[in-house]
Amino acid sequence: MITSSNNPILIIASRFLTPFIQLFALYVIVHGHYGPGGGFQGGGILAASIILLRLSLGTEKSEKVFRRTWGIPLGFFGALVFFSIGLLTMLFGGNFLEFDELGLLGFNKVGSHFYGILLIEIGVGIAVMSTIVSIFDNLSGELDGD
Amino acid sequence: MIEFFLGHQLYWVVSLLIVVGLYGMLVKKNLLKKVLGLNIFQSGIILFFVASASKRNATVPIVEATTKIIDSSQYINPLPHTLMLTAIVVSVSVTGVALALLIKIYQKYKTLDEELLLKQMQ
Amino acid sequence: MIQAHLPLLIPLTLLFFALLIPLFGTKVPRSAYFLALSGSFLAFLISLYGLVRVATDGAISYNMGGWAPPIGIEFILDPLSSFMMLIVTGISFLVIIYGYRVVPEEHPQTQVSYFSIVMLMLTGFSGIVLTGDLFNLYVFLEIASLASYAIVALGDKRSLVASFRYLMLGSLGSAFYLLGIGFIYFMGGSLNMKDVSQILPFISGEPAVIAGLIFVVTGIALKMALFPLHFWLPDAYSSASSVSVALLAPLGTKIGAYILIRFLYFIFEPEYVTTTVPITSIISWLSVAGIIYGSIMAIAQDDLKRMLAYSSVAQVGYIGLGIGLATPLALTGALLHIMNHSLMKAALFLVAGNLQIRIGHSNIQKFNQKLRHTMPWSMAAFSLGALSMIGIPPTAGFFSKWYLIVSAVGESQWFFVLVILLSSLLNAVYFFRVIEKVYLSPSKESLTDLPEEEEENKYAQNEVSFSMLTPTLILSACLLVIGIFNYFIVNNLIDLMIPSNF
Repeated sequence: MITSSNNPILIIASRFLTPFIQLFALYVIVHGHYGPGGGFQGGGILAASIILLRLSLGTEKSEKVFRRTWGIPLGFFGALVFFSIGLLTMLFGGNFLEFDELGLLGFNKVGSHFYGILLIEIGVGIAVMSTIVSIFDNLSGELDGD
Repeated sequence: MIEFFLGHQLYWVVSLLIVVGLYGMLVKKNLLKKVLGLNIFQSGIILFFVASASKRNATVPIVEATTKIIDSSQYINPLPHTLMLTAIVVSVSVTGVALALLIKIYQKYKTLDEELLLKQMQ
Repeated sequence: MIQAHLPLLIPLTLLFFALLIPLFGTKVPRSAYFLALSGSFLAFLISLYGLVRVATDGAISYNMGGWAPPIGIEFILDPLSSFMMLIVTGISFLVIIYGYRVVPEEHPQTQVSYFSIVMLMLTGFSGIVLTGDLFNLYVFLEIASLASYAIVALGDKRSLVASFRYLMLGSLGSAFYLLGIGFIYFMGGSLNMKDVSQILPFISGEPAVIAGLIFVVTGIALKMALFPLHFWLPDAYSSASSVSVALLAPLGTKIGAYILIRFLYFIFEPEYVTTTVPITSIISWLSVAGIIYGSIMAIAQDDLKRMLAYSSVAQVGYIGLGIGLATPLALTGALLHIMNHSLMKAALFLVAGNLQIRIGHSNIQKFNQKLRHTMPWSMAAFSLGALSMIGIPPTAGFFSKWYLIVSAVGESQWFFVLVILLSSLLNAVYFFRVIEKVYLSPSKESLTDLPEEEEENKYAQNEVSFSMLTPTLILSACLLVIGIFNYFIVNNLIDLMIPSNF
């Protein structure tokens, strides 16, 4: 349990910065296919924004943004999104993650690759964010635990 | 002789990082310093991969929509960058597991010094 | 349809069950065990089917994402992969059956996470065995290693520091492997194993390729616990819990041996690694030192699990000797010994787990003749495993040592023959210590026995339950069966695996 810091400058600055950091992280995730970025990097930046809130506002107040109990289930949800896209392509007759086969859903070749990679990056981003935040929560909770 | 040093700057820097990391992992007694040494060691290897992907007079590997002819010698090699993304994630995971182990060791033995730990375990 | 997707189905099944276990396990903790059991059973059936298919039809190759190699990552199921896959899934299935009673007793609060991490480790092992891409092997190697650091840490009181040391050395090994494949990639330009093996004859004189080979071999030797890089092994195996060590000891080091075989004989050519860069002779001399060191250190141990851990160092030396001798017969011996040693060590560590559960310790000095009356089946399994480790026909251990001796004689390496025979004698010494204490000490009734009996009555004195006994007996019986039928196995299976350019 981390207590809130006493310094008002820290609290106000971190509350002001967090939406911009998260917006930048979303930009990084979505632009992963055509430029630098992708799931890992965007997920890491999202996790950094939440850890900033945890450190400056304390654990109780920042629970409103990301509850501690959400950590591991969201991680599994992200991994399941990844694998369900892979299985979807296998169901349509191709190999694992063969995006050409997603064309049966009504996309052309470029569109199926684009949406396939986008969904996978979003899944990976959610998984990475929740895993890093849950590692941080575990390590910070243990210090005064049993 | 000058060529041996200045022409291979990358390899000297990477060797320095790897040796510093190995020294930290093997010689230092505090367990947390060993974890930091491991991190420096893996960062050295990641730097080696990323820097070896560059080419002379080449630009970032993002293709504009207006480019008609793509000459691959004008763009740097993006494959090692993607490989190193995975390696960075692996490094973060190993550091996470190591820190969790360290917290448990500290709770149990109340020390993080290797010699005191070995004495307590005998 | 299923045949085309076969190389992918095994890691996918294991990973799918690994992700399912926390989902259901947080509500119903007991379901974690049954999900793990069904997942490993399914993987065992699929790998059995894969072995039959590959032995009749040939290798199956699978491109991820539809991208053809060398641009894409491919999974290859060839005879060597399917053989290793069968060993991994078979032994893990039997050990998970064993875990029905043992895991709730040894890890009461962390059952769900324990089984999930075990399935992740098996996913990592299956990915290592099946992949045909160098960097993909690093990713799966790290998955398996991280999971194994976690399950070693869930052991007895010394396990945390032992797991930390294992983590340090294991990460060092993986990082060296990564550096080595970096050198090979920047010289060759491809990461696909088949592609690299075709490019290598053109660049094999470069110092960078030689440096890459040496880095890779060093990193894999750290993972394989080849002497003198074995220091993590005794502490990690002796302080881990029964199910953890029964999963890690038969499989972890053999996966390292598999990677070494792939590297030295399938990617690099045998002539290159024997004459141009004589790394196989270095491996064989280090293995010989490891055999002697492991056997001698095992004699000096009082704890059964620590003795078995040092014996593992010696047995890995046998496999390394087979790899280092670089003849088809020696490689046959190494591959046969991979299978035999996995079965033997799994049986022996399961017996050690039985003893831990029933009498609370595994200290050899405290064994006495009561054990042959109270736990007859476990001791019978132990004796069969011990006979196989020493190398007495017709158990399986004899035949793998036979192949190694014949190939060493063929190469006129008389010192290696001497070492193999001497180490079999040393194996006999430390196994007969236990057998003598259990079977050959006379039943005596005297007043000095009474204080010891009172402290042992805390634990139950009868044989272990059915779920724990069956895997132990199956593994020991397999040693006899495989020993008797080894000619059939070698001819129809192992001869398919030897690469054709020897």
